[in-house]
Amino acid sequence: MNLGDDLYREIILENYKSTKNRRAIEGANFRQEGVNPSCGDDIELYLTIEGDQISDVSYEGMGCSICLASANMLCEAVRGMSVADARDLFGRVRGMLTNNETPEFPEGAEDLEAIQGVSQFPVRVKCAMLSWNTLRQILDETAAS
Amino acid sequence: MSTKQEIGFSVEAIRRDFPILSETMRGKPLVYLDSAATSLKPQAVIDAEVEYLTKISANIHRGVYELSERATLMYDRARETIKAFLGVREDGEVVFTKSATEASNIISRSWGLKFVGADDEIVVSELEHHANIIPWQEVAKSTGATLRFVPLSADGSFDLEAVESVLSNRTRAVAITGMSNVTGFCPPIKEIVAAAHAAGAVVIVDGAQLVSHAPVDVAALDVDFLTFSGHKMCGPTGIGVLYGKRDLLNAMDPFLYGGDMIVRVKKDRATYKEAPDKFESGTPNISGAIGLGAAIDYLSSIGMDAIHEHEESLLRYARERLLDVSEVELIGAGDSGMAAGGIVSFTFGDIHSHDIGAILDSEGVAVRTGMHCAHPFMRFLGVNGTTRASFYLYNTRSDVDQLVRALDRVRETFA
Repeated sequence: MNLGDDLYREIILENYKSTKNRRAIEGANFRQEGVNPSCGDDIELYLTIEGDQISDVSYEGMGCSICLASANMLCEAVRGMSVADARDLFGRVRGMLTNNETPEFPEGAEDLEAIQGVSQFPVRVKCAMLSWNTLRQILDETAAS
Repeated sequence: MSTKQEIGFSVEAIRRDFPILSETMRGKPLVYLDSAATSLKPQAVIDAEVEYLTKISANIHRGVYELSERATLMYDRARETIKAFLGVREDGEVVFTKSATEASNIISRSWGLKFVGADDEIVVSELEHHANIIPWQEVAKSTGATLRFVPLSADGSFDLEAVESVLSNRTRAVAITGMSNVTGFCPPIKEIVAAAHAAGAVVIVDGAQLVSHAPVDVAALDVDFLTFSGHKMCGPTGIGVLYGKRDLLNAMDPFLYGGDMIVRVKKDRATYKEAPDKFESGTPNISGAIGLGAAIDYLSSIGMDAIHEHEESLLRYARERLLDVSEVELIGAGDSGMAAGGIVSFTFGDIHSHDIGAILDSEGVAVRTGMHCAHPFMRFLGVNGTTRASFYLYNTRSDVDQLVRALDRVRETFA
């Protein structure tokens, strides 16, 4: 199989093309920018957190298909999650992309398995991780406040 | 398609000088179109480095024994090779650095901070690589001087008139590229130098691309400073060159202080040698310098004019082929009719350059993607990165054909 095919699986391309979560949230109580300076991936993540629940999440910005597909999957996965579960999910995604782990994903987050192949492309891991690292910054901020 | 070109050398013979060209990438024959990032290394350069490491190994300027003497001779010979290559007439004008970036920082710190004042202006362009813009931003920040930007045409080029429009009697320095690492555009350096000198300014030329791809004669151009790196011209990484006029270099303060740059050291003070030693404190990259000397010998044996001509011919062919691809938009394709080196940058529909690069990679084609260390220029162009193919003496029309074929795969994947 061609390595390019592994990187550009159908699920990734579908998530990349989806515009459902590509929007700003008016009144989001958390906004965070994430940038990969060398490639120009530049996103902004919006989260509405009520109590301990992530009630809404979206993103805006520019980036490659891996970056934007991963951001879309993030939105689909963490919407409705508790902050603690989102943090746990961050750890699973990071383990999968940077530590060769094969984690279990909760219901509704199974698409994330499709980006496991990105771990074979070290320079692209930062594209897939950008939205997740940005999410983590927000989660850290909620923990601090 | 035949790789035999109508010009003065056989590309097939040259390709045999580069052992890496018989390697594969992702299981496909390597199509290397990223020489503007770093060039491939010919066997002659590898051999020169290995010879020093296996047979000499000693430090320079220090020992009185045979091996140290030979190391010093080889190191000095490399400097002489560079002098001849660039048409340098004086001794003490060629300084070894670790990179073009370091050379640029030596100029900005040791010359800029000392000689640029609060009322002065520094002229740069938005086209510059970060290595020729950030050091001057820092000088402006420290001294209170003002940065002025040469106005660019829509394709990112500029002419003498554009430079003259920002020159004044306050201009202290003009720092411009000799050849853009994004578009290959080559500004009219000689005319710019003359105009800048008439305004009383010192001219710094970023030669990181120019020196590897075209003949350069510093005396004819009359540039004050020129920087470039070895690894973009078939030499090793970790070695670069700062050319500077002798009186300018000697008026500057040292950049690094320590061994090998001093005349006398007392407990509380020291006096320093003249350039180049003044700027080469610490054990230098000896094998790198020797490798760079070998690279220049290699390039000279082929001839920079012939290399430049070969690249121009490839560039014309690549533009022709790429213009036939409907999604491709060429960036700064020199519609102003100005000189350009062997670089072609493009976008492909709205597909991100990293996606393009990854699919080309899976086809064995190596290109550079992204921002090219030129954020201001990307902003000027209004693009979020480009795909860049760059050519050197070992590239062929068949490489261009492979690139265009691989772009079909990009279209298929994102259809």
